[in-house]
Amino acid sequence: MNSELKDLKFKVNGKDVELKVKPKMLLIDVLRDELKLTGTRQSCEVSACGACTVNIDGKAARACSILAIQLNGHEVVTIEGVAEGNKLHPIQDAMVKHGAIECGWCTSGMVMSARALLFENPKAGREDIKRALQGNLCADSGYVKYVEAIEMAAEEMRSDK
Amino acid sequence: MKDFNYSAPKTVKEAISLLTSLEGDVKVMCGGQSMLVLMKQNMISPDHIVDIKGISELSYIKYTDNEGLRIGALATHSEVEKSTVVREKYPVLAEMEDNLAVVQTRNWGTIGGNVCHGDSAADAPAVFIVLNGKYKLMGKKERIVDAEDFYKDLFEVDLMDDEILCEVQIPPLPVNSGVAQDKLMVQKGDMGIVGAAVYMKVNPSTGVCEDVRIALTNVGPVPFRAKNSEKVLIGKVVDEKLMEEAGQIASQEVSPPSDVHGSEDYRRDMARVFLKRVTAKALQRATQKK
Repeated sequence: MNSELKDLKFKVNGKDVELKVKPKMLLIDVLRDELKLTGTRQSCEVSACGACTVNIDGKAARACSILAIQLNGHEVVTIEGVAEGNKLHPIQDAMVKHGAIECGWCTSGMVMSARALLFENPKAGREDIKRALQGNLCADSGYVKYVEAIEMAAEEMRSDK
Repeated sequence: MKDFNYSAPKTVKEAISLLTSLEGDVKVMCGGQSMLVLMKQNMISPDHIVDIKGISELSYIKYTDNEGLRIGALATHSEVEKSTVVREKYPVLAEMEDNLAVVQTRNWGTIGGNVCHGDSAADAPAVFIVLNGKYKLMGKKERIVDAEDFYKDLFEVDLMDDEILCEVQIPPLPVNSGVAQDKLMVQKGDMGIVGAAVYMKVNPSTGVCEDVRIALTNVGPVPFRAKNSEKVLIGKVVDEKLMEEAGQIASQEVSPPSDVHGSEDYRRDMARVFLKRVTAKALQRATQKK
């Protein structure tokens, strides 16, 4: 079956994006293949690992498990939209300084889950952070440092205000 | 994944008229968190997807003392989990959501999609069954179906080709009642290898169980209402011995699958264990001082 191309208009990292997509294209296909935003990892592809986590309207979601066409009118932020120019986001900064990043494969997903959490709950503590990362697997099992780094970032972000 | 055509109606009316006119294999998608998994494996390959996630009129959670809870089909799992009124009046639903998949899935997946998917391992259908929930369906005309009667076979539900589920309706909970749900998971957020949901009402002066509803998940093609186990408990002061008896009965009556997560025998025994464990929790909640 040849399906009709559909118009997709949404916001990606603050910019309006308009393109034509096949209905079966997943959000991750559009981000990586069409928009060349390859920081979002294509990993398990079956909604198990969380490496493809992005923020949709501020909330964490898995780009491998959502049809891109469903994003019409929504706002997506990927790892490329997290830093401000050359200035890392406090979450990224804390992960670097704390040595939380091992091979780096899961990092963009971890950052996006943490970003959504701290956006919703700036007072998030250790248990909240663990819960927010529940859907993000790290093959190096480097969870402790991620959690600690996000705790540090949360503190930093609170003291900035 | 095979190609398909796609429509995104903005109102219930528009969705119904589309469903009435479209031909071929048409599937309704909401968050698609379960359906896409099947589509990627080509287990289902619809010709046309009707995406109802944009029907904003179905996105709500309301409560009144008379009618109880009304959850619009498009409410996400996260919205149910975080709803103040859900936490206050039906905390079992927030607990269930906490163990339902992971944050990312709960943020996009909807309660309507979950209950219509018809997976016998799903948590929400069993909880809605014990809460005496009903589903409001809309097609050519409106239809209300008991949650318990909605499940026909594995991935088969009582939904006509031109119908969509609009609302889950849950009556107010009587005083002196308690509800609990739990499931066997290897990791938090897993589908239950076996799960149980129990509602119980206890007479506060005599301690006698006046009403109980028990549903088990992933022990057969559809959620299993353990009616013979309930009979053991109704009219009695429920104790460990009675709960064991109720659990034994259910373990013999269920017809669980055997797979990599657990053999048939293991699931039978876990049905007993979880029936007892969750019944004990519901009993404790029904009898605790408020």
